[in-house]
Amino acid sequence: MADTASVRPAGALRRLRPSGALAGVVPFFAYTTVFLLIPTLVVVIGAFLDGDNRPTLGNVSALTQPAVVRGLVQSVVLSAVTALGGAVIGGVLAYAVSTARPGSVTQRFFTSLCGVLAQFGGVALAFAFIASFSAQGLLSVLLSEVGMSTGGGLWLYEWDRGLMLVYLYFQIPLMLIVFLPAVEGLRPQWREATETLGGTTWTYWRRVAGPILLPSFVGATLLLFTNAFSAYSTAKALVPQANPLLPLQIGSSLSSEVILGQENIGKAMAFEMVVVVAVVMALYAWLDKRSGRWMSR
Amino acid sequence: MSRPLGRRAGALAAVGVTALALAACSPPSEGGSGDTASSGGSSAATATSAADLGGMDALVAAAKKEGALNVIALPPDWANYGEVIKAFQAKYPEIKITSDQPDASSADEIATAKRLKGQSGAPDVFDLGAAVALANTDMYAKYKVATFDDIPADFKDADGTWVNDYGGYMSIGYDSAKVPAPTSVKDLLGADFKGKVALNGNPTEAGAAFAGVQMVSIAEGGSAGDLTKGVDFFKQLKAAGNFLPVDPTPATVESGQTPVVIDWDYLNASLSAKVPTWKVFVPKEAVVAGYYYQAINAEAPHPAAARLWQEFLYSDEGQNLWLKGGARPVRFDAMKTANTLDADAAAKLPAVEGTPVVPTQADSDSGKKYLADNWANAVG
Repeated sequence: MADTASVRPAGALRRLRPSGALAGVVPFFAYTTVFLLIPTLVVVIGAFLDGDNRPTLGNVSALTQPAVVRGLVQSVVLSAVTALGGAVIGGVLAYAVSTARPGSVTQRFFTSLCGVLAQFGGVALAFAFIASFSAQGLLSVLLSEVGMSTGGGLWLYEWDRGLMLVYLYFQIPLMLIVFLPAVEGLRPQWREATETLGGTTWTYWRRVAGPILLPSFVGATLLLFTNAFSAYSTAKALVPQANPLLPLQIGSSLSSEVILGQENIGKAMAFEMVVVVAVVMALYAWLDKRSGRWMSR
Repeated sequence: MSRPLGRRAGALAAVGVTALALAACSPPSEGGSGDTASSGGSSAATATSAADLGGMDALVAAAKKEGALNVIALPPDWANYGEVIKAFQAKYPEIKITSDQPDASSADEIATAKRLKGQSGAPDVFDLGAAVALANTDMYAKYKVATFDDIPADFKDADGTWVNDYGGYMSIGYDSAKVPAPTSVKDLLGADFKGKVALNGNPTEAGAAFAGVQMVSIAEGGSAGDLTKGVDFFKQLKAAGNFLPVDPTPATVESGQTPVVIDWDYLNASLSAKVPTWKVFVPKEAVVAGYYYQAINAEAPHPAAARLWQEFLYSDEGQNLWLKGGARPVRFDAMKTANTLDADAAAKLPAVEGTPVVPTQADSDSGKKYLADNWANAVG
């Protein structure tokens, strides 16, 4: 497009009708440039500059500090566990909902409920859990009145116990929403055909439904992983005191008023997150290709 | 300043990325700061006192001509800033105050000023924690308010690059209806405080929490510069199940989620208005003083209004408003001598015994180095 436009005299441009295709794509490119490309470049370039904008590898080598390594490991573990847990539980729930009569009240109720819950994150969610399960929380107080102790409620502020539970709260409904269309695509006739040919339920899942659902399942799990990996405000509200996760450490490097001059180390940590997501994406592409080959066999 | 960041942190991060992206797109705006044009505006930008402009009346006239003032990171419930802003607005209705990002940190103030440099929305004045204030002195305009000589020499830069504004002592706030009154820092390890002791922020990020660790360290036999004992104490506190790793806010205090809060005495004192049983205790074995810093942005888009704001803050009226919020204004002693101090408000300040420790720059340097390496391990 640019070539044809550039050879026209300037006056002709006014008569040039914009191509529909271009008009559709321009906002998209503008959007991705402003919100994806430029921030990514800022992060990647900043990761290799020092405070005076001179090139340095100091920020990247700061990533080997024990606290940063622990942040990365805990972020990956938290995201992986809640993604897998959310995928399995949410997947089973999605199947259960899909067996309800299409368009029935049950189905509509569960999908809209999950639509709300999947978006219920951030500070509001953290506060809901604090109000229910913390030492002074409503449920903890009720339970202790009937003689059951919740262990002081401090587990809620541990990244591995509290945060995992809280993250699952939005991971499971999200899985249900993104995975439901895939399980709804399963035709009852396929099961009937399997049974007609003498297959068992196990055969059906192993040879028919499993392979069909696998790519969407892996894709949804990946979405859940990145969803948890990049989540910030829920964790910030729930465990603000120790920065156990990488996103929290990045936030701290930008706004700390005690330890200064960490901005570019924060960008190096963000760059590290970009790399992790890229690795996970590559893994997905490879798995997707394999499952595709399996299905075509 | 150290703020409970959690409330807006997510939104802030998003805004930050967007602003970063937009700033990268926008053309350089050299000389934008001079666009207040009028002769009053440009001379205000270099004025180091009201006299430079021809006196207070000329300063007021120049500020009214500018008609706007941008302040940043001033939470209404912090040292009575809500009322301070209201009082200034009532006195100079022609000057429209824009209070941006009330919950931002000191580092955010400086970052915002750099990002918006040359634009009309840039902050005119800063209210900063010590570390950030002293690391960015090249960004401030020198200015001496009319009452400059009243301020003790230790609390100001001799040229007026920065001036301490208000301060207080690190304290333990507690809900007397929920826990017994502590008589020392050690008491917090007791069984009565299970799951109840919160610190205002992460000490590797927030100045108030950092001072809290300094207080505990001194109480445990360490010093303001050696935080080993302080971190050990929090480790014990966590092991005892007493450490509550929640950022306390007026909301968590009101709802009873954070029955004990280690924070500046003026912030704890202001909570008594919301929770009548809320008490403030400054442990006499560890009296840690801390003052915040006031400075004018050298690139202020409204240089006259910025200077007028300073004059207001350091006037008797401004100082008494901070005092009303439980903070100790920097002209406290001079005003007491001159009998212009709000005696009722002064009488309400939490009682303090013992010798105050004012941490030095060296203390904070060695302390933050230790915390960066050890804090997350201790409470994570």
